[in-house]
Amino acid sequence: MKSLEELRKIKERALERRKLAGEGAKSRITVAMGTCGIAAGARDTMKAVLNEIEKRQIADVVVTQTGCMGLCEYEPMVTIKIGEADEVTYGKIDAARIPTLIEKHLLGGEPVAEWQVQTAK
Amino acid sequence: MVYRAHILISGDAACIAKGARDVEAALWEAVQELNLKDEVQILEVSSLGHSDQGPEIVIYPDGTDYVNLTPEDAKFIIEEHLLKGRPVERLTYREPPSLPLPPPSEKEVRVVLENVGKIDPENIEDYIAMDGYMALGKVLGEMTPEEVIEELKISGLRGRGGAGFPTWLKWTLARNAPGDMKYVICNGDEGDPGAFMNRSVLEGDPHSVIEGMAIAAYAIGASQGYFYVRAEYPIAIQTLRAAIKQARDYGLLGEHIFGADFSFDLEVRMGAGAFVCGEETALMQSIEGARGMPRTRPPYPATAGLWGNPTNINNVETYANVPKIIHKGGSWFASMGTDKSKGTKTFAIAGKVERTGLIEVPLGMTIREIVYDVGGGVLGGKKFKAVQTGGPMGGCIPEQYLDLPVDYEHLKEVGSMMGSGGFVVMDEDTCMVDIARFFMEFTQDESCGKCVPCRVGTRRMLEILNRICAGEGRPGDIETLEELAVYIRDGSLCGLGQGAPNPVLSTLQYFRDEYEAHIYDKTCPAKVCKGLIEYKINPEACIGCTRCARNCPVNAIEGKPKQTHVIDADICIRCGVCKQVCPVDAVYVE
Repeated sequence: MKSLEELRKIKERALERRKLAGEGAKSRITVAMGTCGIAAGARDTMKAVLNEIEKRQIADVVVTQTGCMGLCEYEPMVTIKIGEADEVTYGKIDAARIPTLIEKHLLGGEPVAEWQVQTAK
Repeated sequence: MVYRAHILISGDAACIAKGARDVEAALWEAVQELNLKDEVQILEVSSLGHSDQGPEIVIYPDGTDYVNLTPEDAKFIIEEHLLKGRPVERLTYREPPSLPLPPPSEKEVRVVLENVGKIDPENIEDYIAMDGYMALGKVLGEMTPEEVIEELKISGLRGRGGAGFPTWLKWTLARNAPGDMKYVICNGDEGDPGAFMNRSVLEGDPHSVIEGMAIAAYAIGASQGYFYVRAEYPIAIQTLRAAIKQARDYGLLGEHIFGADFSFDLEVRMGAGAFVCGEETALMQSIEGARGMPRTRPPYPATAGLWGNPTNINNVETYANVPKIIHKGGSWFASMGTDKSKGTKTFAIAGKVERTGLIEVPLGMTIREIVYDVGGGVLGGKKFKAVQTGGPMGGCIPEQYLDLPVDYEHLKEVGSMMGSGGFVVMDEDTCMVDIARFFMEFTQDESCGKCVPCRVGTRRMLEILNRICAGEGRPGDIETLEELAVYIRDGSLCGLGQGAPNPVLSTLQYFRDEYEAHIYDKTCPAKVCKGLIEYKINPEACIGCTRCARNCPVNAIEGKPKQTHVIDADICIRCGVCKQVCPVDAVYVE
């Protein structure tokens, strides 16, 4: 350790890493992983989400899972919530769709309308 | 690697004793089996807060807290919670329903324990993320040793090991002592029965103590430090060693730290289990490889300590406070606590209280607040009788002082002491003579034998107490106890002997009637002392179920099925099993 500056850099890095673990995160991606979701490929979807986040070094996001939402034919389902905005629900999100979804919605802030599923509030 | 879920498992000694290692193994196995190892991270951390209900895990990001786990439960949780996304309701932690409001956490203030249970103690970057080592950087880059000591003076920090000596003054003495080679020592020989404050800090946030020691070393001009930790704390030692290695790897220990003209390194030395080695001069003897026995003071360690060199020795908790004081400022620290006792103090609450465990509160909080608000009240709603503070050399404080502020001065005034933070609550079913006897047994056992009054005197006192509890007390016993207490207190070199009579003196002061009842009336008011009680069966209530007779280890109970049973007092050993097993509460104590 040569300087306070160096320590601060490690601190920033460590904070980023802790944010990934869920502390003080701004956004949340949820993958539905009920039996139906898993049967439809949610596990691959989840892996794709994790890969993409790591590849792009995105901080401030929590990746979590949930159970069946009751719309099994739309599985795999994914929801994205950014800050205080309403949660957006997507259906039929296979692993191939994840990079687009993350780039457009999570990073770009624009929900991808054509994959969206309308859910009752 | 990015994970979607993190499982924190408590590696607290209490949890390990209850099988946390097997649970952890089962977690790993299940994660492997279900092919989740790329998505889920398992981390062993320090206590998660409910060690009385261990093994315990917490799953993030949702923060679900699971307690009382078996390896089978662990596997089930992985399957349900992490594979299928369904938290397992039946295994989650529930707040005890008997807790009165306000919730305990509101009165707690966490300074020393701020990071404990929140960070991975084996990952230095977790500590750095919480502003760790910022204080050391500030000290080395911007402050002179005098300024560091001045900041501590403003903070009003006093030794957390028990005596409450002002830390800034101790450091000044060591700084001003002439000598080329100086040392800092951390006293982690926490030996009070039931105390585990220091262990929790060492296991949960070791770097805070390392940083505090490095700052102390800079302030007094030392370049070498020693951790003295008792061998009964293997996990603390392991965590500490890992932390020291990491600090070296990051250049936070070693040569020219932060590019400054300051070098410092640390070593861990294990104590071999002698209670007296928590006394500073005995501790240093032990580090030097000699038999741990206290010596006369002065000279104090500050002038002639380890290997005759100036040495600063502080307790774990004292050092852990230092980085926070430097980082947030001495006046911030001084804003907590009372006039003469600043900051917070950790306590290990034990005994007859609803919520036993580790707490941290601002100094000056009353005993009532600690027992009722933080501790949740006396166990089972019974009546409060006394609290014993300061470990085996402390005193018992009775009910009339419930509103006494807990700080160094007030505890001393009523015949007890702060000590390292033991806090044993006693209810109406506790016999104060028996308690005094228990602590005397401990100090007698741990007396190193160097001072005759301590070695022989504690034994004489214990013999008298044993006799009183056995129902063979004699007139004059109380007076002899009081006389011996004075000799032992005045004729011993160290705190062990000087404090050994405290439990007896304080109980004699506040519960003299109980001693008199034992000696003159041959009764034990709390119905505890076996020599003075008799178990009996109420013939009106007995249903003749034979359960007591079948469970009696010495066959002291006579009676046929469906007929009243009778205990033969001559055979009975007063073990109390009959009272425990009786389904209709027919057994009573007289």
